Amino acid sequence: MSAAPSQDNAARTGIIARAVIYSLLILFAVYYLLPLYVMVVNSLKPLDEIRQGQMLDLPSTWTIEPWLSAWSTAQIGVSPTGLKPYFLNSILMVVPAVAVSTLLGALNGYVLTKWRFRGDNMVFGLMLLACFIPFQIVLIPSARILGELGLAGTVTGLVLIHVVYGLGFTTLFFRNYYEAFPTELVRAAQIDGASFFQIFRRILLPSSGPIIVVTVIWQFTNIWNDFLFGASFADFDSIPITVALNNLVNSSTGVKEYNVHFAGAVLAALPTLVVYIVSGRYFVRGLMAGAVKG
Amino acid sequence: MTQTQAEIVPVLTQGADRGARETLQEWLPKLVLAPSFALILLFVYGFILFTAVLSFTGSKLLPDFSTWVGFGNYVRLFNHPNWIVSLKNLAIFSVLYIAVCTVLGLGLAILLDQKIRGEGFLRPIYLYPMALSFFVTGVAWKWFLDPSIGLEHVMHTWGWESFSFRWIKEGKMAIYTIVIAAVWQSSGFVMAMFLAGLRGVDNEVIKAAQIDGASTVMIYRRIIIPLMRPVFLSAFVVLAHLAIKSYDLVVAMTDGGPGTATWVPALFMQKFTFGRNEMAMGASSAIIMMMMIFSIIVPYLYSELRGGRRS
Amino acid sequence: MLRKLLIGTMLSTALTAYAAPSFAEEVEVLHWWTSGGEAAALDVLKKNLEAEGVTWKDMPVAGGGGEQAMTALRARVTAGNPPTAVQALGFDITDWAKQGVVGDLGEVAAEENWDAVIPAALQAFSKYDGKWIAAPVNVHSTNWVWINKKALDAAGGKAPETWDELIAVLDKMKANGISPIGHGGQAWQDATIFDAVVLAEGTDFYKASMIDLDPAALNSDKMVGVFDKMGKLKEYVDADFSGRDWNLASAMVIEGKAGMQFMGDWAKGEFLKAGLKPGADFVCIRFPGTQGAVTFNSDQFMMFKVGDANKAAQLKMASAIEDPAFQSAFNVVKGSAPARTDVPNDAFDDCGKKAMADLAEADKSGKLFGSMAHGHANPAAVKNAMYDVITRHFNGELDSKAAAEELANAVAAAQ
Repeated sequence: MSAAPSQDNAARTGIIARAVIYSLLILFAVYYLLPLYVMVVNSLKPLDEIRQGQMLDLPSTWTIEPWLSAWSTAQIGVSPTGLKPYFLNSILMVVPAVAVSTLLGALNGYVLTKWRFRGDNMVFGLMLLACFIPFQIVLIPSARILGELGLAGTVTGLVLIHVVYGLGFTTLFFRNYYEAFPTELVRAAQIDGASFFQIFRRILLPSSGPIIVVTVIWQFTNIWNDFLFGASFADFDSIPITVALNNLVNSSTGVKEYNVHFAGAVLAALPTLVVYIVSGRYFVRGLMAGAVKG
Repeated sequence: MTQTQAEIVPVLTQGADRGARETLQEWLPKLVLAPSFALILLFVYGFILFTAVLSFTGSKLLPDFSTWVGFGNYVRLFNHPNWIVSLKNLAIFSVLYIAVCTVLGLGLAILLDQKIRGEGFLRPIYLYPMALSFFVTGVAWKWFLDPSIGLEHVMHTWGWESFSFRWIKEGKMAIYTIVIAAVWQSSGFVMAMFLAGLRGVDNEVIKAAQIDGASTVMIYRRIIIPLMRPVFLSAFVVLAHLAIKSYDLVVAMTDGGPGTATWVPALFMQKFTFGRNEMAMGASSAIIMMMMIFSIIVPYLYSELRGGRRS
Repeated sequence: MLRKLLIGTMLSTALTAYAAPSFAEEVEVLHWWTSGGEAAALDVLKKNLEAEGVTWKDMPVAGGGGEQAMTALRARVTAGNPPTAVQALGFDITDWAKQGVVGDLGEVAAEENWDAVIPAALQAFSKYDGKWIAAPVNVHSTNWVWINKKALDAAGGKAPETWDELIAVLDKMKANGISPIGHGGQAWQDATIFDAVVLAEGTDFYKASMIDLDPAALNSDKMVGVFDKMGKLKEYVDADFSGRDWNLASAMVIEGKAGMQFMGDWAKGEFLKAGLKPGADFVCIRFPGTQGAVTFNSDQFMMFKVGDANKAAQLKMASAIEDPAFQSAFNVVKGSAPARTDVPNDAFDDCGKKAMADLAEADKSGKLFGSMAHGHANPAAVKNAMYDVITRHFNGELDSKAAAEELANAVAAAQ
């Protein structure tokens, strides 16, 4: 008799608590979605409606014209090409840069945790600090070095720069991940006569899935979104998407077509958005597996 | 570089001379690490040194090592009203930004960890802002916060006439709108870090506490949150460096305005180096920024790496 | 790795060395004209050059009124890989010339007699050390007022010609329930108004304070008066002005929510794009008290030192820029006036015709001045130091007296 009401109470508080949790979560979802809403809603309006100043209203006339324009006919430079051709440029730059920096990060992490040497922490610390350098100050000296190497205005040069400034993070991720990997397995393989690279390929790499996902997402996002290096080190035939988007939206004395700008911004962000949405689950799993362990 | 390494492997395994092979195996790890380390020494530390030297010159448009002004740029820097404003703003911004992101990230992670239906749907919503580059989302924020076209306007058309939210237009409050947008951008990422941390907590510990009759709140306060210490530290490092480097969101939202009310050090450095053709001043502000970053990161790294060795 | 890089470098240099002569002539152009109209206008130049067998390699980097392009240019020059031609403004051209990296257009300038057809005030930037280094494309004038015709009619219908008439019109507009001035609170927009107010105090005062940077003029009672007028104008600006893009301020005037905007002639593009007709729907006048004088900024293509292989193409480009037909076609679209004074005005609308007539008059009477707000009166460091003070005063952080003092101090520190 006496147990029933208290159970009821518990159930009721349980329900209330769940309701509060869900409403909080949804409230924050709204906060996170607001800017995206502003962007998408205004990208589906004719420019006149934006000029009238109803930025948060739904379009009264719906149009996909801005999206088509941003994709294939908007003026980026002297030619009305839209953003379309620049995707390939970005991919050609991002893929090798992500691949090389991830691989180097993995090897560095492997060395720093499984082949420790005197001063390894010092080396790691110095590499980690590299994450924190503001990019504006490296622009001019980097340009000088690329010029000396004959890589100015080449995709190779741009990839090199992105690899260098990504190494700190990729090394950090892999080092923290491999730190938790049982060293005994490595020692055992060594005794069996496996070489340095055999151990890496056969033992560490196969279990590195989660951290590779984290590293690739991180690097992909950062390099895809980079503007400063792209604008400074790319040539006329390798202009990345962020520079093209910037050209679309950042004109100083031209007419601003905000609807096209927002459509372009979402288009340019699609690859990173897809990467986040598709691999979001693995991302948390990957972080769990090591990246957050200091 | 990768090809070069791939070429070394067969050489090693087929090597006739065992002694040489062993020596190579011993050196190989360092050889593998060396190119990365060398690149970073040059491209990071070499360039910091370069910038430090630059900050003592009278460079204007391009580096110019023919005129020396000693500490002149630093003296001018700390007498420049915009730099003082920048430092004050950085203090306000970084404290609030780091605190709010951490609290919100942890809070959302805890809520999301209550076996929520639709987690797979909500998580990417919290995470996606990190995927967007800020120079356009900044425009969306700017419009949303603008009282004449954004939130305040909408509230008025909905009938809440007295609603007022015009921080972005007020010199004293504008920096807080930057905090709002910055928190929007990175708190989801912090949430993911905490969520990963929470998922890593040993269930046995929690069960034991529950059997002892501890309430949920108690379990979080006494057991789980203290276990998140490494996540707090990682989050702090990531956020601190984002705070100090924050530049594009300020440019997109206020470009330093109203007046000079939302200048931050990264904006100062960019504007002086490239907009005002005062490269040496930009360099001196960069050196001060690097000193601030290092004074936060180095002690953290030191304690972490020492700690790592102990365990 | 280093060896590979070196070999790669050697190979690529060898390749380019062999490839260059067999390639057609080409120009690589760094610019920030990327929005619809202006980019399409520049495309005319590209097509003209292609007709002459010159390939156009387009390198657009927009943002910050050219700041991003100038950032990219620093990287390109430092890397020893400068573009053939770079869009540049005012003192930036002089600053780059000082670095000894710019080319020489003397040949084509002499042949086409540029000295006679390009206003001397522009030549001050196009030439360095007596040599032509840049080809001016246009002249924007910045002391314009764009008025909504309906709002003006409701406020008496007479375009103001003096400060007092301006205030009277603004008062009436305010009484009519609109925001009299459409303005965006960004430093350069504040400075654009400031420019006009200083110019209205007399051309001598403008020259002494903005161009000669005379401390006595900068910290003078007259300057305090200028700041007072800025403060007065601020009373007619709506409360949400700060941070607003100039386009949205134009939109307010177009929609009739605001009465007028003080802005350079690129604003005309917004009015035309919205389907408004000059004279009928909107009125263009010079800032009251500045008729006869013009503050300008001029986009120029600054030419960099290139190898002999591309020298011919560079000269062809310079010549194509100064072609009167191109000058007319481009500037009709851009809203500016041609950089040469001998271009026929048939293709231009009423505001464009007025711009050209005013420009020719100001040039003749010596009242054509570089605009401070747009980097044509003093170098970037000084300009931005002025911005700081003007925008702080406009946002109420300084009173007029303190602002004049601070202006003189900031300019002194930035020199």
